[in-house]
Amino acid sequence: MKVLVPIKRVIDYNVKVRVKPDNSNVDLANVKMAINPFCEIAVEEAVRLKEAGTATEIIAVSIGDKSCQEQLRTALALGADRAIQIETSETLDSLNIAKLLQKIVEEEQPQLIILGKQAIDSDNNQTGQMLGALTGMPQGTFASEVKVEGDKVHVTREIDGGLQTVALNLPAIVTTDLRLNEPRYASLPNIMKAKRKPLDVKNAADFELDLAPRTKLLKVAPPAERQAGIVVETIDELVEKLKNEAKVIS
Amino acid sequence: MSILVFAEHDNSVLKADTLKTVAAAQAIGSDITLLVAGYNCQSVVDAAAKVNGVSKVLVADNAVYEHQLAENVSLLVVELASDYEHIIATALTTGKNFMPRVAALLDVTQISDIIAVESSDTFVRPIYAGNAIATVQSLDSKKVITVRSTGFDAVANDGNAEIVTLDTVTDAGTSSHVSDELTKSERPDLGAAGVIISGGRGMQNGDNFKLLDGIADKLGAAIGASRAAVDAGFVPNDMQVGQTGKIVAPDLYIAVGISGAIQHLAGMKDSKIIVAINKDPEAPIFQVADYGIVADLFDALPELESKL
Repeated sequence: MKVLVPIKRVIDYNVKVRVKPDNSNVDLANVKMAINPFCEIAVEEAVRLKEAGTATEIIAVSIGDKSCQEQLRTALALGADRAIQIETSETLDSLNIAKLLQKIVEEEQPQLIILGKQAIDSDNNQTGQMLGALTGMPQGTFASEVKVEGDKVHVTREIDGGLQTVALNLPAIVTTDLRLNEPRYASLPNIMKAKRKPLDVKNAADFELDLAPRTKLLKVAPPAERQAGIVVETIDELVEKLKNEAKVIS
Repeated sequence: MSILVFAEHDNSVLKADTLKTVAAAQAIGSDITLLVAGYNCQSVVDAAAKVNGVSKVLVADNAVYEHQLAENVSLLVVELASDYEHIIATALTTGKNFMPRVAALLDVTQISDIIAVESSDTFVRPIYAGNAIATVQSLDSKKVITVRSTGFDAVANDGNAEIVTLDTVTDAGTSSHVSDELTKSERPDLGAAGVIISGGRGMQNGDNFKLLDGIADKLGAAIGASRAAVDAGFVPNDMQVGQTGKIVAPDLYIAVGISGAIQHLAGMKDSKIIVAINKDPEAPIFQVADYGIVADLFDALPELESKL
């Protein structure tokens, strides 16, 4: 079974995000970038499926300028077999990303597509579901467990009230939640090996899609700061303040 | 400007978040229709008809919608879409699951998790886990939007909407429901609670979460947890408050043994009053807390319970 894993290059999750002084966007100049944590979980899940003998080939794909090859190499070092970069210098809306991925799905015909549930920069939580709609595939979003059983995949999903398990006809889409697995670290030999694995570059413009922007970013501002309050010495004082000053308990 | 709002429910109860999502719709326009898609969900329909500002309730009551599978619900919404300029759902796990499918099938993008409405095409939403606030204009003719309900105040329950039963049945036939493993609790939902008490890694294990029970009982509070506590297996995932868990904004939020990682703060920093109980005076949680107390939680919790 062929598994496709679309990944995104984002700001490293440890980096403190700063808004540009002109409020046009966040400042990404000279900031450490990394594979989106949810995408890393997606790669790990694909690798585990391959180790279990379920998956036969893992293809990582990323959309962006040449710099996203760094994250594709990370995916290759973690165990993906080959990679595809779709070259574009534009920041694309999720719908346009999904349309490009649909083209890769048509070419590669994967049985399973595993994506992160959301990217930690735009926080959209859209691409996997949109790709599902465009390809007509069913989806198991926010997955905490994935089991391939015959021509179906059973996905246990983290939902508001607890967990839900759905059965999806293959080919299907899975988006990962935090507790699906704990990604491994790439070993040095695997990092070296990844440099020799195939990485194809395709140009977004060659797919003849209308990739015009669907949204316009008007402003990015820092969030309202919350002021630190006071430190109380005793529980009595705390209860008194909550009753008489904040008036949130009676 | 016609607006379709998807009602969030479990086939028996209309979730309070829907009242907030309708408030977001009212900030866009006044012609609001609620869609109830479910199975044997008459009690939800009755509640939906009373939501203030809603003129019509569309009801799709069929077994294919019982578990609100994204494949089936998205097809239903797309069939109805031609009558509406805005299609809106609450940014809870149901809406987050099916709405991007609706958007893609309509060939529009989605504006996720809005916290304010600037105009009928311009919305405010947090990005980078709430570390930046973006104002985004949609260039699409139809707007598909999910609403972070903590950004809006609930509308009242004094309406009287017309109820229209749909006979549309959209079954994609590609997915099926296997089982649910839902947490049973007598306490209020995290999303609806006026008071929340949450435990973090400092609780040390799942058993110690019982220390929060007595306080929660006295305050009528919901019990939450930080990602660290969930990842460590102390408590189930649906208790997680944070950027990737539940986003809450109660009147009172009590953080116990929670250091205050950015991703946790993103889920609760809009609470009216924040109390932090932590033995580390340097914990970042104190920078957002209205009232902090530097104490060992194993001493502080029993004392707090006894004094409430």
